[in-house]
Amino acid sequence: MMEHLAFVVVAVALIVSALRVVTSKNLVHSVLWLGVTLASTAVMYLVLEAPFLAGVQILLYTGGVVTLMIFGVMLTRRVDPRTVVNEQSRRLPGAATAILTFLVLVAAALATDDLPAGGLHAPDTETLGRSFLTEHVMAFEVLSLLLLAAMVGAIVLARRRDYGTGKEKA
Amino acid sequence: MSLPPYLVVAFALFCIGLYGVLTRRNAIGLLLSVELMANAVNINFVAFARFHGGHAGQVFALFAIALTVAEVVVGLALVMLLYRTRKDILVDEASDLKH
Repeated sequence: MMEHLAFVVVAVALIVSALRVVTSKNLVHSVLWLGVTLASTAVMYLVLEAPFLAGVQILLYTGGVVTLMIFGVMLTRRVDPRTVVNEQSRRLPGAATAILTFLVLVAAALATDDLPAGGLHAPDTETLGRSFLTEHVMAFEVLSLLLLAAMVGAIVLARRRDYGTGKEKA
Repeated sequence: MSLPPYLVVAFALFCIGLYGVLTRRNAIGLLLSVELMANAVNINFVAFARFHGGHAGQVFALFAIALTVAEVVVGLALVMLLYRTRKDILVDEASDLKH
């Protein structure tokens, strides 16, 4: 019963905030609504018995990504940071495609007979940690290389071209 | 609770993100929508992990989260670059191969 209630509340929060993210006229509002969506996702993970993922979600997404996005909005604003325009175009074809995709996905899920029906309990954090450092250790190491590459790439892309020539503005 | 309600919510989230990707003209708005889609996929992973038992789903979701964050960082760097060369981050306008 509690699970049902929690699920419904979180699902409504997710859908409403996600709709606000894609329809909001002000880009800063969009980013803040995305924060709500990501936080609701963390609660959804809790409902799904994945507390470690919920923590990671809060740390990385709600804390990191939203901050980065706000930072991005502020650095690319034109004049007034309070009203960053966030126009939309081709609404009707976009909505039609999205709704059609949704219907196809739901139909496919309902048509699948042998969806897993629950039973085993969810893994605890210790299992996850052991799995990371034993059977998935290769992917884990590759991921750390990827993060390094992404960091270096982002710095190379975003730095000023005249950096270090003495011509850059303070 | 069974699996399908979770799947439907994740699908809805995914399609809202899809709508955003198709309609947004601002590059940061696009990135936000891509985030929504990635988030929906992660919910699916965790839901399947919950109802299937086993930990592979959660491990994969963790990898996916890390990848998405890396993607956001590079994406925002590209947006900065776009802004610097064009003073504008509307993706429709950025159709030149070279500026």
